[in-house]
Amino acid sequence: MKIKRIGVAAIALAAAGALTLAGCSSSSEPEAPAGDSTAIITTNGSEPQNPLIPTNTNETGGGKILDSIFAGLVYYDGEGAPHNDMAESIETDDAQTYTITIKDGQTFTNGEDVTAESFVKAWNYGAALDNAQLSSYFFDSIEGFSYDENVDELSGLEVVDDSTFTVTLKQPESDFPLRLGYSAFFPLPEAAWEDLDAFGENPIGNGPYMLDGEGAWKHNERIDLVVNEDYQGDRQAANGGLSIIFYATQDAAYADLQGGNLDVLDAIPDSALSTFQDEFGDRSVTQGAAIFQSFVVPDRLAHFGGEEGKLRRAAISHAINREEVTDVIFSGTRTPAHDFTSPVIDGYSEDIPGSDVLEYDPELAKELWAEADAISPWEGSFQIGYNADGGHQGWVDAVTNQIKNELGIDASGAPYPTFAEFRTAITDRTIETGFRTGWQADYPSLSNFLGPIYVTGAGSNDGDYSNPEFDALINEGLSETEVEAGIEKFQQAQEILFEDLPAIPLWYSTVNGAWGEQVENVQFGWNSVPLYYEVTKSE
Amino acid sequence: MAGYIARRLLQAIPVLLGTTFLIYFMVFAMPGDPVVALFGDKTPPPQVLEAVRERYNLDKPFIVQYLLFLGGIFQGDFGVSFSGQPVSEILAVTFPVTLQLAVLAVLIEMVFGITIGLVSGLRKGGIFDASFLVVSLILISLPVFVVAFVAQFVFGIQLGWFRTTVGPGAPIQDLVLPAIVLATISFAQIVRLTRASVIDTGGQDFVRTAASKGLSRRRIVPVHILRNSLIPVVTYLAVDFGVLMVGATVTEGIFNVPGVGRTLYQAIIRGEGPTVVSFVTVMVLIYLVINLLVDLLYAVLDPRIRYAK
Repeated sequence: MKIKRIGVAAIALAAAGALTLAGCSSSSEPEAPAGDSTAIITTNGSEPQNPLIPTNTNETGGGKILDSIFAGLVYYDGEGAPHNDMAESIETDDAQTYTITIKDGQTFTNGEDVTAESFVKAWNYGAALDNAQLSSYFFDSIEGFSYDENVDELSGLEVVDDSTFTVTLKQPESDFPLRLGYSAFFPLPEAAWEDLDAFGENPIGNGPYMLDGEGAWKHNERIDLVVNEDYQGDRQAANGGLSIIFYATQDAAYADLQGGNLDVLDAIPDSALSTFQDEFGDRSVTQGAAIFQSFVVPDRLAHFGGEEGKLRRAAISHAINREEVTDVIFSGTRTPAHDFTSPVIDGYSEDIPGSDVLEYDPELAKELWAEADAISPWEGSFQIGYNADGGHQGWVDAVTNQIKNELGIDASGAPYPTFAEFRTAITDRTIETGFRTGWQADYPSLSNFLGPIYVTGAGSNDGDYSNPEFDALINEGLSETEVEAGIEKFQQAQEILFEDLPAIPLWYSTVNGAWGEQVENVQFGWNSVPLYYEVTKSE
Repeated sequence: MAGYIARRLLQAIPVLLGTTFLIYFMVFAMPGDPVVALFGDKTPPPQVLEAVRERYNLDKPFIVQYLLFLGGIFQGDFGVSFSGQPVSEILAVTFPVTLQLAVLAVLIEMVFGITIGLVSGLRKGGIFDASFLVVSLILISLPVFVVAFVAQFVFGIQLGWFRTTVGPGAPIQDLVLPAIVLATISFAQIVRLTRASVIDTGGQDFVRTAASKGLSRRRIVPVHILRNSLIPVVTYLAVDFGVLMVGATVTEGIFNVPGVGRTLYQAIIRGEGPTVVSFVTVMVLIYLVINLLVDLLYAVLDPRIRYAK
């Protein structure tokens, strides 16, 4: 009694679209890709937390949809390297002023042309404080941006003609073009401005897919996407569409994959982590993710300031056996950290001078702790705060136990019932213990793991770390126009971090996924989301 | 009778006001700022936080937020979720799904529970009775998620008789398996309740009188025994129906049913006050109505029960 259900309307629409495309060169048959080009791929997702407006979406549920229905100036390939999508060229001489040219003849699915105005208006809207967009801070490096007053039009954005605009930054930032594939930088059509709320419900994009008609977003249930035949970029869909089904639990999604109701799953539930590879074999993947996990012990805590703090942090870092925790607690689904970024990022290195502070060395740990005790004797208990609703208890208990055993001090976890409560305590600095932190990169760049977290006064600098030398190196790295030269500066900046340990690196996440028998060409991108447009499906 | 109903309905008003206030207060008092949590592990600039709070009225004091919410409800406006969807629309989509699931589950447990309970009660001590006592004991002691996972694995994945989770549009055939899972535990309770009640009624004077009058067994069992045994069973069924309407969070999660329980759970996790309170308001209403209906049903089952004017 297995019931198969395929969106018939979706197929008809896609087929009609294919005919129009073939009409352009009616003499030759359209080349059929492997698999059925009309097959709809089903995959897991979650109900978007916000309306589908690019500058107001900052979580994966909505991000996955936006990446499919919009095309930015650039897109990222499987390795995270940027390629031009809507952009013809992005040019700069000084890493501060960029001239961006848009390819001719690109359209939104309502027929409007994608112009310089489409980008500039969308960015201005996203940046204006009054619009309270969740991703507004992505624009803060553009000249004219302000957190203190509402700015309707950024002075750094200037439309030259229909297909050209210039961006002037407050200071040189060589990785700016790398960011342009992130959803906050997507363009919006004129139609969006008539009623943005209605638009967020039925967005009109310019990407490889588009919504399957009005109301394709069935809240709390699914969203149906079909191929946008007018899309001319490199991300041409090899399938007929995408149905993203919203699951409340990963277990339900996994059961659907086993039951043959789901084609591609990009997250394996904890209960199946040790078995999914046996079950799916070469139809499964485990690969590095751009997620870095750590915990912060702020300077302001007693005994963690100045030289004493440095010694104690290093001692704690040496007391942790990262290999053991990742093997035992995470069954190998995390890999021990060797730096402050992630192995999937261009320029990553395991051998940055000073990174040996991450090695398990109980003897050295005791020595360093004793040195710190000589400055001021330790008292009290060491704690790591975490949110109890996120599955963190296991590793926090393991790590604090290691610290307790190796250093002979009292150490334990400090749970907060909910994520909201935990983050609030961190944000208003009322937390009086160490606390876990994590960072998922928005765009594939080393500086994205360093600048927003450790630069003095940066948004996510939850430990209030400040080191002018580090700030200077990050700035220098950003002003280099050569990628390699920039990477070198960022690695030097990390050397400073290894000395100061503003966060104690723990491990990198991996993404685990699996797919059904009918689908092929499943590749996961640098951001752990499958490149859906490449997936093929046979009936 | 009409006066009784009117009075009961009037009583519902303070109950509704009280519950919404309490729930709103509790959601408000939940520690942690939902707006901060919207940003994940990243910390946005304080000005951005402030602007977002303002957008959802979260910057206003509790009582102002509550009055704004209450004023909205009286105009049929239940507020807007974080994802921009009117809460009334979410209610309109999720309640029918949960209603179908609840009706299916109650039907299943009623038909099987009462039948088996009746037979067990009439043949007290027999092999049928004994075996179902054991079965019901096992079912009562099983947590619902165990039943759900096992059923999903065996009937959904291994045998392929049912879809593993509920498919697009939540068609009724996909709801059968979750309904059976929900029904199993209450089914066991109903078997035991019916059995005890049937045994009790069977020993009453009026049953003996009926038998000595020469009435056939076929008339005595349904009319005299069963009907009079049903009051505790109906009460239980009604309570159970109410519980199911409020959403079976665990089962809905496992079978991915787009119903009330799953949606409410998500809203609680995301700290969406208006969504939570609107859902609970409707739930309270449903509870009140079901209770009223049950009280009215008593009189139908047992003519000795009368309602005070």
